[in-house]
Amino acid sequence: MLRFVVRRLLLLVPILLGLSILVFLWIRALPGGPAQALLGERSTPEAVAQIERQYGLDQPVHVQYWRFLKKSARFDFGDSTTSRRPVTEELGNRFPATVELALAAMLFSVVIGVPLGFIAAKRYGTAVDHASLIASLLGVSIPIFFLAILLKYIFAVELGLLPTVGRLSVLIDLEHPTGFYILDALIAADIEALWDAVKHLILPAVALGSIPLAIIARITRAAVLDVQNEDYVRTARAKGLAPGIVDRRHVLRNAMLPVTTIIGLQVGLLLSGAVLTEKVFAWPGMGSWLVDAIQDRNFPVLQGGILFLALVFVLVNLLVDLSYAVLNPRIRLS
Amino acid sequence: MGRMSFRILLALAALLLAVGAAGCGGDDEGSGGGDGGGTLVFGTSADPVVLDGSLVSDGESLRVIDQIYETLVSLKAGTTELAPGLAESWEISDNGLAYTFQLREGVEFHDGEPFNSEAVCTNFDRWYNFKGSFQNSSASYYWQTVFGGFKTPEEGSPDESFYASCEATDENTVVLNLSKPSSSILGALSLSAFSIASPKALEEFGADEGRVDEEGVFQPTGTFGTEHPIGTGPFKFESWERGDRLVLSRNDDYYGDKAALEQVIFRPIDDNAARLQALQSGEIQGFDLVEPQDIETIEGDESLQVLDRPAFNVGYVGFNQAIKPMDNIKVRQAIAYGLNRQEVVDEFYAGRGEVAKQFLPPEVTGYAPEVTEYEFDPERSRKLLEEAGLTLPVKITFWYPSDVSRPYMPDPKRNFEAFSASLKEAGFQIVPKTAPWSPDYLGQVDEGKAQVYLLGWTGDFGDPDNFIGTFFQTPQKAWGFENQAIFDKLDEAEAETDLDAREELYQDANRQIMNFLPGVPYVHTKPALAFQADVQGYEPSPVSLESFATVTLGGEGSEK
Repeated sequence: MLRFVVRRLLLLVPILLGLSILVFLWIRALPGGPAQALLGERSTPEAVAQIERQYGLDQPVHVQYWRFLKKSARFDFGDSTTSRRPVTEELGNRFPATVELALAAMLFSVVIGVPLGFIAAKRYGTAVDHASLIASLLGVSIPIFFLAILLKYIFAVELGLLPTVGRLSVLIDLEHPTGFYILDALIAADIEALWDAVKHLILPAVALGSIPLAIIARITRAAVLDVQNEDYVRTARAKGLAPGIVDRRHVLRNAMLPVTTIIGLQVGLLLSGAVLTEKVFAWPGMGSWLVDAIQDRNFPVLQGGILFLALVFVLVNLLVDLSYAVLNPRIRLS
Repeated sequence: MGRMSFRILLALAALLLAVGAAGCGGDDEGSGGGDGGGTLVFGTSADPVVLDGSLVSDGESLRVIDQIYETLVSLKAGTTELAPGLAESWEISDNGLAYTFQLREGVEFHDGEPFNSEAVCTNFDRWYNFKGSFQNSSASYYWQTVFGGFKTPEEGSPDESFYASCEATDENTVVLNLSKPSSSILGALSLSAFSIASPKALEEFGADEGRVDEEGVFQPTGTFGTEHPIGTGPFKFESWERGDRLVLSRNDDYYGDKAALEQVIFRPIDDNAARLQALQSGEIQGFDLVEPQDIETIEGDESLQVLDRPAFNVGYVGFNQAIKPMDNIKVRQAIAYGLNRQEVVDEFYAGRGEVAKQFLPPEVTGYAPEVTEYEFDPERSRKLLEEAGLTLPVKITFWYPSDVSRPYMPDPKRNFEAFSASLKEAGFQIVPKTAPWSPDYLGQVDEGKAQVYLLGWTGDFGDPDNFIGTFFQTPQKAWGFENQAIFDKLDEAEAETDLDAREELYQDANRQIMNFLPGVPYVHTKPALAFQADVQGYEPSPVSLESFATVTLGGEGSEK
């Protein structure tokens, strides 16, 4: 087990090195650079040259890369060209926002998706099963931004129940030692802030969670259908175990294996793929940050942000692999 | 129904109840007090960069800076007309080289420091002495536009500076000495870039401090512009959480009419549709940069209102005369007659545009009452092309940008399509070219790669030099021409300090330009802001110099 973890961690080094080279070359292959993007209608060749000198972009690419590597090793990605602040600092503000949203979306999709899939399997072929199929098809096929605007229109504009933008009402003051607002509100024991942060999370989490919800429901249904025809389930039933206990101990636990894989993959996707949701809800996370950075040719942010996300993605997948061993002792990690 | 599904139903019901209960709390974030005061939340498109006027040129930074700081010369609200600011009056010496300002007395900075002639000179000297990356035009763009270079120019900075010195002759008198007369200085001093900051705060919070990193690059380290911006304006800086909110509070010691609002909070929401929904749901009370297609929705909602900014921009079709046959005046005229500008303005600007006859918007001094006009006349275009000895159709490459919406071209592709249809009628064959706006498209146009292209400009301040001076005073690759008569006329106009003579010179220049036809201006537009209906007293300005100090909340409560 330990050897497995160490090997996977060592593998990180070539992965990150390779990726950093790809990212480094890719952004430099884009037409134009940060200077032109910053100056817009006002760019002149002299002004562009001056800014390129400031960011070291007038140096040969291998020199730039070596510098970047040296600095990255110290977790210093340079300064953002647009905000002029250290990339690491911005990362520290934005990453918790994205994680909080991704976890909330995941929570929503698991809490609704697993039971939905389970019921559909139990009521296989009935109207309930068909309804869940339709619901999950809808979940996958409605574009997130459309769903987001619809949800905001109903729950905020028409009903006035929930906020439409940001993580916290502007009239609430809250210290952010962790950057996870729910956690920060708990630490401060501020019920009002907690409730406000939760309200701000609901719509973005539902919009973002709609696709994983549908996928999880379908996978759960299929897995439960498989498992409940297994011999050990029949045996458990035959020896007179209560149906609830059979479902919980034997069916669900075994059916959770493929579902966990999907959840792991989805968390990775949610961390990097919340772009649209973050934009529409003005959620100050990683997705909207990186998309703006592409538009602005913000090289330091792109280099640092993408590398960091890759690291997180690999680590999340490692955690998923480890969780297999916990769920199913038959799996040996080696 | 099984036990499991029943439990889930129960859980869902509980969730719905919880959401319902949330609604009872009400969610209107801004609150109007009965006295028109209270808190106003304004939706912005992004966070400011830093709150130091001399180091930024982006609209979101300037919007906040304008509330915290003031300038020597100001503008009458809603116009480009000069008005006293921190200086009550001024005089220009006969040779146009010395500007003497009488300062307002009894003014204090937010940190309690006195505002006086020494404070003014500290600021001017600070700008003139900028070093390192502060000299990049992404930072000190306005200083360079108005005063040229710096005391010690870095590589790539302008060599020459028109700034000579600042003298504090007595407590309340300041003389600004220039090395070359420039008539646009007074108007330029109304720019937020020349905001006067507290000298003590500049020093204490290291406004110009920085370290030179291992690559020899100057990296600023001070906290003046991020945590301690201190000026004399009607609002004081309170706090700033990036991505979330920037809070200003009323300056109760303000020397003039104090603001009614207790707080103004700026909240970044970069998506247009999201800003509109936040306004509809009451989370914000106003936002800027309304999309033309949303105007109808806002006007149709009686709890909301739309405010217009006077037109202060120009959209034009540019020609690069370095690429043949654009050097031929007959070809340029043929294009001018071949563009159906009225149709484009009527169709694609939601009633917010007017057809441009020259590069200068009508609100700006120097606008010429009569210039050569080019009404849509495809017959005439064909005739001109034949006179030029060309075989029809004449092939031209027409560039337009993608991924951009500008006040002067909300949807460039539609402008392009309409223009190329009318040009085909006029005897041209169009080869379309497109690229993402920034940096690709702008880069290609600036480098002189585009033969015929869509572009435009939004003014920085109410001076003709800021429009036609920027475009035509020096040779530029995008235009690809050298017309000494026009260069000289614009130099002469810029140096003229007699305001009437200056106006005539700029009018002359406009006439000359419209005969020479380096490009065809086609539209001036009125950008729009949106507010809740009960927000009163916001005065839109052509140059976006707008104060929240006159704003009140609560509709009828607006009487003072």
